[in-house]
Amino acid sequence: MTETADQLFVILQHWLVGHAPVGLQSIVSALLSVVAILVVFASLFAITTVLERKGLGRIQNRYGPNRVGPFGFLQPIADGIKSLTKEDIVPQAADKTVHFLAPVVLVLAAFSLYAVLPIGRNMVLANLDAGVLFFFAVSSVMEVTIFMAGWSSRNKYSLLGAMRAVAQMISYEVPLILASVTVIMAAGSLSTVTIVERQAGYTGILPHWFVFTPWGFAGFVLFMIAATAESNRSPFDLPEGESEIIAGYYTEYSGFKFALFFLGEYLGMFAISGLGITLFLGGWAAPLPFLTWVPSYLWFFAKLLAMIVMFIWIRGTLPRLRMDQLMNFAWKFMLPMALLNLVTAGVWRFLPQGVLRWLVCSALVVVPYVLLGRGLMQGWKLEKRVYRFAE
Amino acid sequence: MLGEGIAKGLVETARNFFGSYLSKDRLTTVQYPEERLPQIEATRDFPFLVYDGDDWQAGMRCVGCQICEKECPPKCIYIEKSTDKKPDAVGKLQFYPAVFNIDISVCMSCQICVEVCPFEAIKMDTEFELSTDDRFGGLLWDKARLSKSNAYYGKIHPTDAARSDAQLAEEKAKVEAKAKAAAEAKANPTSPSPSQPGSGGSPIQ
Repeated sequence: MTETADQLFVILQHWLVGHAPVGLQSIVSALLSVVAILVVFASLFAITTVLERKGLGRIQNRYGPNRVGPFGFLQPIADGIKSLTKEDIVPQAADKTVHFLAPVVLVLAAFSLYAVLPIGRNMVLANLDAGVLFFFAVSSVMEVTIFMAGWSSRNKYSLLGAMRAVAQMISYEVPLILASVTVIMAAGSLSTVTIVERQAGYTGILPHWFVFTPWGFAGFVLFMIAATAESNRSPFDLPEGESEIIAGYYTEYSGFKFALFFLGEYLGMFAISGLGITLFLGGWAAPLPFLTWVPSYLWFFAKLLAMIVMFIWIRGTLPRLRMDQLMNFAWKFMLPMALLNLVTAGVWRFLPQGVLRWLVCSALVVVPYVLLGRGLMQGWKLEKRVYRFAE
Repeated sequence: MLGEGIAKGLVETARNFFGSYLSKDRLTTVQYPEERLPQIEATRDFPFLVYDGDDWQAGMRCVGCQICEKECPPKCIYIEKSTDKKPDAVGKLQFYPAVFNIDISVCMSCQICVEVCPFEAIKMDTEFELSTDDRFGGLLWDKARLSKSNAYYGKIHPTDAARSDAQLAEEKAKVEAKAKAAAEAKANPTSPSPSQPGSGGSPIQ
């Protein structure tokens, strides 16, 4: 029974594919998976926009949207109709082809990220041998589309936003990938499915997730910080900082193209959270051994929702960084920590199991953290600001 | 240590998040159509015409003197003076506005019309839900739409209305005293009367 519930969608897909002519079965199977991903993650996007607005509202002691439908939960429908009926303005001086392609390619790239994410047992669209590599390669396409958008708009704000975005995303891609490399080292595979399998099993009630090791925890934190920067979310939302450069690279987009950018951004966030779950949080595995009867895909989405909540919480808390702070943080803190974390993961691999391994590896994580933090905070005295010209 | 401030901030926002569900006092938003804040007495938006009594046509204070029309900076008032006369608030025969229009899409709520009116006839309203689907006609208000009772004025601006009522009462008393004196002078023609009958009173015809 639990087995059937777990494999429900896999069985359903097989049954549907069975009705197709033999020659077309592989195509039908792939199409079904694609449609499922499109529907599920697009609706997750809709739910997230409402949850985010409501959550941010509560964080700021407001109600948030509460007019459309029960408790305002039909707000995305109203937003969708609004953006569909809005005029689509293309600047006269814009490079029209690139201007049109940017949001389309962004959404395409964002959706293709899900091809390698195992969202449940036996539920992965393409089990590539180089799944993680594919993921990072495609997520780099998103950077290109952002620059396409900024460049083709022929607008200074757009270009500034795009240049900020590219600088930020390239800087944070380094620690992002280095943090994932630790997992690839430990799992010995680039395939996301294999990585999830390597984290199966429990010691007592604790699962063998990589996040429950010193290097895995550090890697997870580094990964999530870099992921926040990659998905252009607060506090790393400089590329679209409203108060500085209007809307950054999508200043010149309106109507449904704007909505597509929005969609692409959120899809990128979900995908990178999904990768974080796959790499560090055991993918679709249950967190406790007696909870394994709950279908695997539910665990994946529960973890994904937890990540989304974390993203919203962070967004409601932290103010936007300045460009120099952003770059300092990436190159002076994240990069050394990620490199040291690689060493830690290696040490963990070659030390015998036991208390010693934990002590050494924890020290390897904590000591550089404290020292680097001190170093960064030096000369960082908060004092009353003196204004030279405005008294 | 690095990250301490972030943790503190996260705790604070979490407290706000859960606190807003637990205590209504935290929520500062007013749920507008259902809930309303009490209006401040000095609120003003567009002018209206004050009338006394129950009938807006009979009790209209405006005498069509056109001072407000001339003073209005954006020229949003249009008045046509009547040809005949009607008794005004103090009982004297006066002209009245045959047409009195205010285009509230032009009005800038400066209150100058109120300042210059010698008859306490035009005052500022507080009604603000004025959206209409008729862009031109719906915002050009005629005499009937503009007229509101003195009681309404007393409700929205109690202090100002009390002052205005007192002033009107004083003027009325003055006029009545004068009329009484004139009547007495007419009744006893033997007593020396310094004033000639009929020439006293205001210069307004």
